[in-house]
Amino acid sequence: MSTETATPIYSPKDFESNQEVRWCPGCGDYSILKQMQAILPKTGLKHEEIVFVSGIGCSSRFPYYLNTYGMHSIHGRAPAIASGLKASRPELSVWIITGDGDALSIGGNHIAHLLRRNFDVNVVMFNNEIYGLTKGQYSPTSPLEKVTKSTPFGSLDHPFNPAAFALGADATFVARGMDRDPKHLQSMLLRTHEHKGTSFLEVYQNCNIFNDGAFQLMTDKATKPDNTLFVEHGQPMIFGAEMKKGIILDGYKPKIVSLDQYGKDDLWIHDEHDRFKAQILVRFFDDPRVEGNYPRPFGVFYTEERATYDDMMEAQVKVAKEQSEAPDLDALIAGKETWEVY
Amino acid sequence: MSVFEEKERVVVKFAGDSGDGMQLVGSQFTNNTALVGNDLGTFPDFPAEIRAPQGTLAGVSGFQIHFGSSEVYTPGDSYDVLVAMNAAALKSNIYNVRKDGILILNTAGFDSKNLRLSGYQENPMETGELDGYSVYPIDVTKLTREALKENQLGTRDKDRSKNMFVLGFIYWLFNRKLENTIDFLKRKFSKAPEVLDANLKALKAGHNYGNITEAFSTRYSVKRAQMPPGKYRSINGNPAIAMGLIAASHKTKLPVFYGTYPITPASDILHELARYKNFGVKTFQAEDEIAGICAAIGASYGGKIGVTGTSGPGMALKTEAMGLALMLELPLVIINIQRAGPSTGMPTKTEQADLLQAVYGRNGEAPIPVLACSTPSSCFNMAYQAVKIALEHMTPVILLSDGYIANGAEPWRYPSSNDLDDIKVKLAKEVKEDEVYLPYQRNVDKVREWALPGTPGMEHRIGGLEKEDVTGNVSYDPDNHENMVKIRAEKVERIANYIPLQEIDNGPDKGDVLVLGWGSTYGSIKSAVKELVNEGKSVAHAHLHHIYPFPKNLGDMLANYDKVLVPEINNGQLVRLIRDKYLIPAIPYNKIKGVPITKNELKDQVELLLTKEKETV
Repeated sequence: MSTETATPIYSPKDFESNQEVRWCPGCGDYSILKQMQAILPKTGLKHEEIVFVSGIGCSSRFPYYLNTYGMHSIHGRAPAIASGLKASRPELSVWIITGDGDALSIGGNHIAHLLRRNFDVNVVMFNNEIYGLTKGQYSPTSPLEKVTKSTPFGSLDHPFNPAAFALGADATFVARGMDRDPKHLQSMLLRTHEHKGTSFLEVYQNCNIFNDGAFQLMTDKATKPDNTLFVEHGQPMIFGAEMKKGIILDGYKPKIVSLDQYGKDDLWIHDEHDRFKAQILVRFFDDPRVEGNYPRPFGVFYTEERATYDDMMEAQVKVAKEQSEAPDLDALIAGKETWEVY
Repeated sequence: MSVFEEKERVVVKFAGDSGDGMQLVGSQFTNNTALVGNDLGTFPDFPAEIRAPQGTLAGVSGFQIHFGSSEVYTPGDSYDVLVAMNAAALKSNIYNVRKDGILILNTAGFDSKNLRLSGYQENPMETGELDGYSVYPIDVTKLTREALKENQLGTRDKDRSKNMFVLGFIYWLFNRKLENTIDFLKRKFSKAPEVLDANLKALKAGHNYGNITEAFSTRYSVKRAQMPPGKYRSINGNPAIAMGLIAASHKTKLPVFYGTYPITPASDILHELARYKNFGVKTFQAEDEIAGICAAIGASYGGKIGVTGTSGPGMALKTEAMGLALMLELPLVIINIQRAGPSTGMPTKTEQADLLQAVYGRNGEAPIPVLACSTPSSCFNMAYQAVKIALEHMTPVILLSDGYIANGAEPWRYPSSNDLDDIKVKLAKEVKEDEVYLPYQRNVDKVREWALPGTPGMEHRIGGLEKEDVTGNVSYDPDNHENMVKIRAEKVERIANYIPLQEIDNGPDKGDVLVLGWGSTYGSIKSAVKELVNEGKSVAHAHLHHIYPFPKNLGDMLANYDKVLVPEINNGQLVRLIRDKYLIPAIPYNKIKGVPITKNELKDQVELLLTKEKETV
């Protein structure tokens, strides 16, 4: 289902459900919902062909607001439920909506296994670096020393780097977007949809109640250019207010350079199929408040084609059916050794 | 020439190191026994460790088989014949051999090392402590090696065939033919000709050894049992469950999706189902127990027969997801092959202690129907019925079995696919244009429709949050919540209108004592009550296969007896449910040792009750 050939038969409004959206006013979730509703018509899919499965948390209310099939399940388990659904109904477009706590804390086991198995499903992980629904405890992506309700003296938990986690689990598609950049987010959501295999899209999402401004340096107009790096396949890595900064690779070591001294040809050209360089790219994970930090990358970091679990499962059943006689229940029940009493 | 002594029933126990292949000997002897038309019951008993230290008591693996020319309902209380491959096998089993029983001992397993490891100070064959038994020492190891002189395998590999020598010898003892085992070996070792040769030679050598040495002056013959006419096979509990699921799938044309995580003693269901992809079965070995049930829920949501299987600790982990399935009102079958708990407990030992967990063990008001298998062959129908209830009533269903049923075998007069009950699956079809689909609309039995993703016009959202009646929208309304709790309870209660009425298995309709059982105590209760009835006692037996809801007539039935005795392999669970529901002083009888209740123990207990009965009159 490529976007080029799909004829849009719906408008974004057609994907709104009849439910009242109940996130806090100003929440980043609204933007993500809006961008999702904007791209769904572009997929060419019908309402009934799409299923959103979520876990627990603010983000996981998402399925209620989309006029598709949906399941708001239990904490952390959406990947497992979606796996069973996709395994039995491979023709459906299955989306997993999750948050940093849902995916990486209580559901960390499931997400890792989903990624390695490579079911053809889409994961959108809203990362707000906080527990919102339980009213403000630190999350597995909160920075060290973060002061929250449950960490009045600062968090001792070293945070997860979600993109590195996904690559570590051999994900076949790893990308990042943000709520405050709708256009880019839409393109990321479309790419997420288009990839065959498990797509992992992390979306930075502002929780304006419990963690307002967590990504401010990356999202504010003034600071965004120097703190973010939007990567595109085949393009040199350039960033900065005047697009005067670039990244070069000095051996394995990435370095920030000035374009006054280096030409574009000298720069690291992003190759989203290069799994080794992807490992370096996702390590651009410095605290943006620290001087001399690497810019935080956005875009598709890595993608590869790998057989999906659901395809392989179908193939096994198909081969088994072809290679054996028509299933005979009576023969199965009788087994190999029987006797008769008269 | 040895003479044949006709026996009505015989109990044989094979015991050896867990690497000695005793389970294979047992299962082959079982099939052979079934094929000659005896009724039978078996009880495999193995250590949790795959290879516990050789020669130790902890490493003893056993297989018990009871067969006869009349009905056999249990693996037997005590052994007529014990085959012990080493000193530890003798030491851990001798207490249960009949006083004049036969001991077949592999002398190679009684060397000084084996004696030391098993805790014998001296060789029991020389101390006189085995006086009274008929002892037959055979150097199985040496004889097997001699028989395989020509074979090219190394000594270690040759020694692995000694279980076949034993089997051949036992076949001789009971005047059996070797064909079914020869066929089995040919299938099993079709790609390893030397191994096949070794096994066949050892089997025949064991058989010949009996013939040549006339080892026993008396051999046993057990006549065919008088069993109802029909076609039979031998069956174990777990494969029967797998077949019951596949049968329901075949009937409904809905594929089975089995999401699970390996756990003793449930794993065999996965192994079995994984072989039947040609029936459209999909098996998914998930990353953990929770993912196993959640994947099954996903498949059920997608319109398949979602099934998960586990044992006690896995049930604990699946609990939250069971609650979700209940809120979603999707069909789902949850199979618990119980084992001795709590926590990890004794994984290879049997117990019935997860009943209250099945009935009550979830957060919130969370009624889920509970069914129980009673014998290996009953597993087929109970698995089938579990799927039927799940699909027809749109509910998760818990099916309880246990390690004893799972691994035990018995003859099964198997059904024809034409005999299977109908299963009515009602999928939601198209809705009218511009009509909002109402996912929580219900029929008279409070059952909602199954509206599958992919169906146009029925897009809806479901979840674990409380639902508004009819619309399924999220609701925190107090009255609605109470109403929904009652609706979900009524939905399950109404299943009682569709399950069979409780029947008396044996004994009078009214009387002094009703022995009310569930699960794997079936055989022991059946045997005990049968003897008591024959002795003219006023005792009956009823066995529950539907525990939640109970059959509608159960209360009336219980009222027909002065006393109700509830034997269980737990600390008293069904007895609480009975007391709670029917307000009668049901009497518990409990054994919590990881092994079945024996017929005699139970008989004593009933007789005690009958005596008290008289005293109080």
